[in-house]
Amino acid sequence: MIKPDRIVTTTCPYCGVGCKLEVHVKDDFIYKVTSPFDAVVNHGNLCVKGRFGYDFIYHPQRVTVPLVRKEPQTAGNRTQAFNLQEWQEVSWDAALNLIADKFTEIYLRDGSQSIAMYGCAKATNEDNYLLQKMGRALFRTNHIDHCTRLCHAGSVVALQGALGSSAMSNTAAEVIHNDVFLLTGSNVTENHPIISLQMKAAVQKYGAKLIVVDPRRIEMVNYATLWLAQKPGTDVPLFSAMAHVIIKEKLYNEDFIQQRTENFAEFAASMEKFTPAYAEAISGVPQELIVQAARLYARAKNGAIYWALGIPEHSHGTDNARTLIHLALLTGHIGREGTGLNPLRGQNNVQGTSDVGVMPWHYPGYQRVDDESVARKFERAWNIEEGGLNRELGLTTTEIISAISPAGVRALYVMGENPMMSEPNLNHTRRKIEQLEFLVAQDMFINETGAYADVFLPATSWAEKEGTFTNTDRRVQRVRQVIPPRGKSRPDWQILCDLAQRIEARLGRNTSSGWRYSHPSQIMDEIGQLVPDYAGIRYERIEKEGLQVPVWDEKHPGTPFLFADTFPRGKARFTPMDYHPSVEMPNEEYPLILTTGRVLEHWHGGTLTRHSALDDLFPEARIEINPEDAQNLKINNGQAVRVTSRRGTIVLRARVTRKANKGIVFIPFHFAEAAANLLTIDALDPEAKIPEYKICAVRVLPAKESEMVCDTLPFERGRY
Amino acid sequence: MDDNITLTINNQSVRVSAGTTILKAAQSLGISIPTICYHEHCTANALCRICVVEVTGSRTLVPSCKAIVSEGMVVNTESERVLRARKVILEMLKASIDLSEAPEIQAMITEYNADSQRFPEAVKRKSAVLDDNPMFLRDYNKCVLCWRCVQVCAEDAQYTYAINFAGRGFETQISTFYHVPLPESSCVFCGQCIGVCPTGALKPKREALLEDGFSLNDITALTRMDWRKKKTV
Repeated sequence: MIKPDRIVTTTCPYCGVGCKLEVHVKDDFIYKVTSPFDAVVNHGNLCVKGRFGYDFIYHPQRVTVPLVRKEPQTAGNRTQAFNLQEWQEVSWDAALNLIADKFTEIYLRDGSQSIAMYGCAKATNEDNYLLQKMGRALFRTNHIDHCTRLCHAGSVVALQGALGSSAMSNTAAEVIHNDVFLLTGSNVTENHPIISLQMKAAVQKYGAKLIVVDPRRIEMVNYATLWLAQKPGTDVPLFSAMAHVIIKEKLYNEDFIQQRTENFAEFAASMEKFTPAYAEAISGVPQELIVQAARLYARAKNGAIYWALGIPEHSHGTDNARTLIHLALLTGHIGREGTGLNPLRGQNNVQGTSDVGVMPWHYPGYQRVDDESVARKFERAWNIEEGGLNRELGLTTTEIISAISPAGVRALYVMGENPMMSEPNLNHTRRKIEQLEFLVAQDMFINETGAYADVFLPATSWAEKEGTFTNTDRRVQRVRQVIPPRGKSRPDWQILCDLAQRIEARLGRNTSSGWRYSHPSQIMDEIGQLVPDYAGIRYERIEKEGLQVPVWDEKHPGTPFLFADTFPRGKARFTPMDYHPSVEMPNEEYPLILTTGRVLEHWHGGTLTRHSALDDLFPEARIEINPEDAQNLKINNGQAVRVTSRRGTIVLRARVTRKANKGIVFIPFHFAEAAANLLTIDALDPEAKIPEYKICAVRVLPAKESEMVCDTLPFERGRY
Repeated sequence: MDDNITLTINNQSVRVSAGTTILKAAQSLGISIPTICYHEHCTANALCRICVVEVTGSRTLVPSCKAIVSEGMVVNTESERVLRARKVILEMLKASIDLSEAPEIQAMITEYNADSQRFPEAVKRKSAVLDDNPMFLRDYNKCVLCWRCVQVCAEDAQYTYAINFAGRGFETQISTFYHVPLPESSCVFCGQCIGVCPTGALKPKREALLEDGFSLNDITALTRMDWRKKKTV
């Protein structure tokens, strides 16, 4: 038996659930991970990533020294270099000076509009706070965004507009207090595995009834009372028809609507046309099921709604989220324990990264950049002359890519993101990235984006630094250093502080915005002074258990569920609705609908999990296709197929399964060899600017084995 | 009606709420009863019988992890009959199972003065170490059949139902259906089973390789499957 040198308690770096970990270390090697059974979030349970997915830290391809490209890169002729021989190892001084020189040169020449930054929802609150501070205070740019734009932006815009707050309103574990809950656009067993355990227990042990609305036959359908198998992109008519039924049958909560909402009459008028028959014609869901679902949810004592990216990742994603908000406002299923609106956030720290202002329209704490008093507040906090900060809304993630041009964005700083995997329509992204004048990647591996960079800065993993993550139910939890940084890698916050001081010196400003911190706790104290929700967060208060924001002051115990008495905007607002079809619908040439998502064993662009033994459990992309469609196309299980959209084509193996409904195929987007995002469309939601990942039209045809880029043997798993 | 129950444990009177187990009632008096298969976060199944106690009027010894208190019950947790039963259970476990990584059971063997040579003719339960996935090893030579792993795979946590008992009597072993390799079962590799295993029968592969003296680089290589023939992309 091995006696560990130490066991460190920390927070899982994968999904938004935020499980507590006990990391067992011997000679700086993480050989085992367990979880305490009294952990408030996960009760000792973990998923495959949380328990086993840390070997990427020791992967031989991990980069632990600063690198500069041997072949100088120029705008328009930028190439990818995956091979270490194409890079020169340099000192931290040399790498940071080069970046400071180039960024300063481009900023002084082309102005703030030429600089853009991507934050990282995997990194800590403190890292991300400093990244946005660097962009805003030094380069006066608001072109600062992160992957929330690609995941829950529609939900955030809808919730902010309707309620004034955009997080989960309940604690995830409150699901056992629901008597009815609606789950839509969320394959929760694969994407929030520990929350799915609580949902299964809610149904099996606590008698809750589950309504699943999803175009795929996900595992939770096995636990559902009702499954509404809609056609993708038909959320607005479907959920509006439920609202229609609730209004017509007078199942709504009149007191709640009177006292806590506004604009009901206009909204109700707009619901007239959304009859169940109309919704059936569009969504394919039998109207009886829609009526049953509406009655079940409306008559619940504690009804709740849980959703993930199947709702916002549409060209009408904000409207989709609104229709869910309306159901809660109609029935008053919000503002009490075990009843509310719950967008399940994907990344371990996407809630926190948004909270600390890695957003183009908001300073930390969702304070708008175009609000003069807010701008003044941050100018004072960061020691900046009056009027110095940029008052214009910045560009979003996908807009930043589109804005790369000689008169637009010239230099991009990428902290831990991989837009060359995660953006829609990757061929377009590639052409744009090639136009950059200067690109910095701060990461652990040379991924598809880092391979385009001029300078690569080796960051540490989460196990090599201190900080905090904010999980999906708003719990700010400690991340602790488990092992020393590998090689010469450095924590992100230290890299940013060092670089910012070099840039500040070059800009010749006579004041400093403050870049000297000896510990991330000092950065959190600064966040607490600027973000009212975080005012009471102190490291010493969250040593044992995290606190759920809002935490208004140092005595405040945190907020397990939101909106008990009032909504942040006062009264919640109904919005009249209209149905807009998705941008690209199937036709004869492209007859199938492609929808994309994740699988249990992998994480997003795969930078971490594809450098892990996790990759052995799920080694290659598979397209899920319905048996009837497969038969028509003469495709067998495990066979190579070519999938083509109007924007790109990939070859991968088929998985013939009833998990896919007829006419709909599914591809996970983790695999560079068959990147689903070569196919997806870069249509954006007009309000939230989130791309329509969940629907595009494709053609699937049998392919030859020799066309496969990845030569793995077919590998069947028995799991659902 | 009063929901509380009064009983006597080791001559001490105690009042607990109805539905409490004898084990919990004893704990409230500070009396500790040894357990092996019982786990605070699993459903109790009274399989190992190490927690048995003597209840006046009961023909057989009673498993305290599962038995519920009743009014006027008289319990002895350390009677001679109890101690003898525990000692024999430990001697039989020791005779047939590799307990080298079960320090708690080893401590019980010392405490109860169990004779490790009591059954010299006993046959050890033998099975090959199962290495069928990149994540963890299953060494059922060390398994005491406590059933915790099966329960957390089912309703106690995961609702995955990948493993259960296979075989009968001495041949009993935890297994997937038809002994298929774990990746082909419904297993999702959450490792909840490893979290509750009391004897080291379930172990992360990286931990096992580290024990065997492999270096970090070796371990990184050895925990990747070699059947993959990936073209470099």
